[in-house]
Amino acid sequence: MAVVDAGEARGYRPSATMPFKAEFRRQASRRRTQLALGFMVLLPLIILIAFQFNSGGDDDNGRNEFSSLVDLATTGGLNFTLFSIFVSASFLLVVVVALFCGDTVASEASWGSLRYLLAIPVPRARLLTVKLVVALAYSGLALLLLAGTALLAGTLRYGWSPLRSTVAAELEPTEGLLRLLAVLGYLAIVLLVVAGLAFLLSVTTDAALGAVGGAVLLWILSSILDQITALGALRDFLPTHFSTAWLGLLSTPVQTDDVVRGCISAISYATLFWGLAFWRFTRKDITS
Amino acid sequence: MTSPSPAAWFRRALPTRRRATAAAVVVVLLAAAVTWAVWPQGSGVRAESAMLTVRSGPSGGEPVDLDTTLYLPADASSARKVPAVLLAHGFGGTKESVRSDAEEFAGRGYAVLTWTARGFGRSGGEIHLDSPDYEVRDAERLLDWLAARPEVRTDAAGDPKVGVVGGSYGGGLALLLAAQDRRVDAIVPMITWNDLSRAFLPESTGGAPTEGVFKKGWAGLFFGGGGNVGSGPAGLSGGTAAAPQGAPESAGPPSPGPGAGPGTAPGGAPTGAADPSCGRFAADVCAAYLRIATTGQADQAAVELLRRSSPAGVLDRIKAPTLLVQGESDTLFPLGEADANAKGIAAAGTPVRVAWFTGGHDGGAGPRSDSDRVKFLTVQWLDHYVKGEGDAPGDDFTWSRIAGFDALDRGLVATGFRRADYPGLAGTDRREVTVTGPAQPIANPPNGNPAAISSIPFAGGLTSLLDGVASDVPGQHARFESAPLTEAVDVAGAPTVTVRAASPTGEAVLFVKLYDVDKDGAATLPNGLVAPIRLTGLPQRAQDARPVTVTLPAIVRRVEAGHRLRLVVASSDQAYTTPAEPTVYTVAADGPVSLPTVAGEPIPTAATVWRWVLAGLLAAIVIGLVVVVAVVRRRHRRQDRSVHPEYADTPLAVRALRKEYADGFVAVSNVDFEVHPGQVVGLLGPNGAGKTTTLRVLMGLTQPTAGEIYVFGRRLVPGSPVLSRIGALVEGPGFLPHLSGLDNLKAYWRATGRPWEDAQFDAALEIAGLGDSVHRKIKNYSHGMRQRLAIAQAMLGLPELLVLDEPTDGLDPPQIAEMRRVLQRYATDGRAVLVSSHLLAEVEQTCTHAVVVNKGRIVASGPVEEIVGESPSVLFDVTDPVAARAVLDRLHGVRVLPESDGQLVVDTNGTARSEVVAELVRAGIGVDRVVPRRRLEDAFLALVGDNSRGSGDR
Repeated sequence: MAVVDAGEARGYRPSATMPFKAEFRRQASRRRTQLALGFMVLLPLIILIAFQFNSGGDDDNGRNEFSSLVDLATTGGLNFTLFSIFVSASFLLVVVVALFCGDTVASEASWGSLRYLLAIPVPRARLLTVKLVVALAYSGLALLLLAGTALLAGTLRYGWSPLRSTVAAELEPTEGLLRLLAVLGYLAIVLLVVAGLAFLLSVTTDAALGAVGGAVLLWILSSILDQITALGALRDFLPTHFSTAWLGLLSTPVQTDDVVRGCISAISYATLFWGLAFWRFTRKDITS
Repeated sequence: MTSPSPAAWFRRALPTRRRATAAAVVVVLLAAAVTWAVWPQGSGVRAESAMLTVRSGPSGGEPVDLDTTLYLPADASSARKVPAVLLAHGFGGTKESVRSDAEEFAGRGYAVLTWTARGFGRSGGEIHLDSPDYEVRDAERLLDWLAARPEVRTDAAGDPKVGVVGGSYGGGLALLLAAQDRRVDAIVPMITWNDLSRAFLPESTGGAPTEGVFKKGWAGLFFGGGGNVGSGPAGLSGGTAAAPQGAPESAGPPSPGPGAGPGTAPGGAPTGAADPSCGRFAADVCAAYLRIATTGQADQAAVELLRRSSPAGVLDRIKAPTLLVQGESDTLFPLGEADANAKGIAAAGTPVRVAWFTGGHDGGAGPRSDSDRVKFLTVQWLDHYVKGEGDAPGDDFTWSRIAGFDALDRGLVATGFRRADYPGLAGTDRREVTVTGPAQPIANPPNGNPAAISSIPFAGGLTSLLDGVASDVPGQHARFESAPLTEAVDVAGAPTVTVRAASPTGEAVLFVKLYDVDKDGAATLPNGLVAPIRLTGLPQRAQDARPVTVTLPAIVRRVEAGHRLRLVVASSDQAYTTPAEPTVYTVAADGPVSLPTVAGEPIPTAATVWRWVLAGLLAAIVIGLVVVVAVVRRRHRRQDRSVHPEYADTPLAVRALRKEYADGFVAVSNVDFEVHPGQVVGLLGPNGAGKTTTLRVLMGLTQPTAGEIYVFGRRLVPGSPVLSRIGALVEGPGFLPHLSGLDNLKAYWRATGRPWEDAQFDAALEIAGLGDSVHRKIKNYSHGMRQRLAIAQAMLGLPELLVLDEPTDGLDPPQIAEMRRVLQRYATDGRAVLVSSHLLAEVEQTCTHAVVVNKGRIVASGPVEEIVGESPSVLFDVTDPVAARAVLDRLHGVRVLPESDGQLVVDTNGTARSEVVAELVRAGIGVDRVVPRRRLEDAFLALVGDNSRGSGDR
């Protein structure tokens, strides 16, 4: 075997190790990936079926706030998508993102395959980069699948009509679609905090469940603290404080103030968490 | 996959000093942040309350007690004089209503005098509605008092440096005081009136107040309840929320019965309590109200009385620079009142600045951005004209428009605008929108019931929140609607319309309002503002009616494209008194609605700053990333790529390796060995000797504390490319359980990024010997199958150095034998194998060389034969092992090693075997066999001793 400059084996290049494609396949072969993505497709359909039951139901429970959301949800495909996003943004998407980002390194550690990857050797920073990018890609895919299915199913069932919301007048379908995409974009940015936290925990622990659960737990904790108004300005620093600012994107004119601050908060946190994750992982003794 | 022992885990979990320090720093920082955030702000303000008796009245000799509080900055003294602010409260309030504003001004370096106006709270006297003889004169006396205070800066003896600030009733006082007393240096009247008679008796075609339509809703509230109305944005923080002790006054609309009027307030003057119909109102004010409220129209005397309390007639005497702040959501004192004040004062050459905000008597302090702007403007005005600090504020005009709901807290969001000059209510430009509709008959309900609702007086912010509150009664209103607007119109000012009306009585009281109708047909009446008109001399028939121009109250609103304008002419309105007799009018509207617009530039908000912060943050992250990548690349390039000449052809050389864990545990203290081509080296040692740690370092999983490892002369650090020439099985197999064996191998090879054909899968699979099981999922594999697959994985690509940790673990004897052959065959063609095992027999049979470690140190290394050859142990097969043991124990230096089966393994330790045999025979013990033990196990035990305890898991 020919020995070249750095003494590596023939054909080995650090930058060619762990190709993105390989990691995509690695994750795609996992049941949890398939289930999570499948559920993203299934959820809008389940909601759609649930609405079918509602349409002929009794009128007694029809006049609360949730029912107005339901009423809006069935006015068109865009509104159905908005509803699907609304009901899943606060928890489901958090869990899914935490799953993709929290499980990725910790599960390799728990299988024992992490040390074989590092012994290939895949440079640690590269391993993390590939893992992170792929996890984020799957998270984004989940978000798009949810929205895409909801949009498709909702449009087929309820038609292509303007986007209505409780915070603003109705928006033309094309404008509404743009707003919806903006909402998705903002949601994706806010979820970066979960992604960052889960990823940091993922490189810190060997227990995949701990990383996923820990990230979700801290997210919930932050949400609870955000309810306590006595904390005053401190709440602005909670990662969840601006998590619903996407509602501002539905109003006319668009309220971007909180969206921008939410982006700042989310990106800062995500950068911090990822920075810590890289710093920690590239120095860590792998003992699993 | 090994789990550390609980003890080790516990040790690791214990805080090291570094961790403890970091944790302490984080905790302290967090605690500091929380404390800083919740710590109550020290006021630095002292307050002196006093009941002052001042002499006022027409003669200037009637004494009245005024309840006052003077707020002083903590450092104010006769040596350090401060300017003063006279802070007046709204109608129905007391000095407590403005306390927080007062404290804020005092915190900014002003002596702030607040007082409860006569007729309210604990002050004496009667309510004269800011009469120049009473309330205004009271305030003049307070100026005298201020001038006498040693802490207050003066212009001249008896002339204090003072600004007057107040909202509504207090704002009216500010204007009237400035007109009457030249000592006032600046005033900031907010949400206040120009002409009180016009405010309560408006007529929107330009009619006199005697022809006006009585605003009974508001008037009743003032006269009957006299709640804390109109503190509005009095001063800085918007007074409605700023009156903790004024709570009784501000607790919503009080009952309108006369008995509940201000007369029942504690400390009321005896005379006030005497008349249940007037409460604490002065007799002339009370009488005027009763007359107006009874007839719904004002006589000249009542108008005169209200005019006396109005700045309208005295504006030319105001010389103090004036900042006029008026609310857009104000059905009591609409924008027109401030407009009239601004024009009158400016005509006298006095500096005037106008600002509109989205609150008012109906809308409260408005959104945060508005109250912040009002606060800023007020402070800037006072600082320049009273304190003498800062540049001249100028006379540019700022206003704001409700932009929608805040998505997060459901509050309102306003967009601020500004332009260089104040355009008045006519706007800088006008847009004409045609409304159409046939002439329609509308009924006037008897006694004004049922009536249309346009606004709910005193509903606070509710009116603007609930735009849908406006409703018209069917049959009592006529609609004239426009086509959808082709483009959005930013209305700012007073729209005008032309209507025609016919009435069988020749008279009509009508309410003209302009709705914004969205695409769904939902109609919004901007700020609940209506234009009441009283038309006289009307013809009987509609076609004879002459058009009259109605000027609607000024609004600030963006009418979106696609929305329609709806002009409604109604015969009734709950807030106004209408003719009691039932009538049917006919109304028509022709001609366009003329909408004034004002061009302005948006005031930059915090959002702009945040956008820059976001851009900066992104730029910083990008730059940071680039720098980090550059540094890493540079470090990578500068990495030691030299080849150690001595070890260039040596697959593995470990030099003085030491590994000390963070908790201080030394796993490997000093390990040196080499693996040469063609060798199969066995790494031997008891549990915890440091084998696994050595292999972890070797695989780049763990950083050594000291020492080097060379692989083919290349220095090995975590991630060294030269690791690619090592195939490894360390600490058990690690596979993806959901994949088949073959897929796992493929996934592994894919991760190496190396050419597919280099993998030599067939050879590896043959070694694994799994047959068709390679297509089954790993999670169904037995331990031995995984082990064989792991060895096959280590051999993928035929690496030049194979490192196997306990390779025979879980294999059955035939497989072990096969593995032995495989390894021996492997170590040809310049390749080498390093095997760690605790199965000593295996090492003895498989390895050419062995390295024995104990307690983190090498105790022996070299060819297996040499190590075994050094072994001094002998196996004795005797007739009576017990007796023999006793005999041997007596021999000096001879040691019996633990061994069962009735055989004795003896370390003769230099004593000649013949001598030992002789001793046994002498003792009558039959010796069947004497075999020199050449087993590695013995050598191993001899080297490390039989006690491996106390070394822990290394």
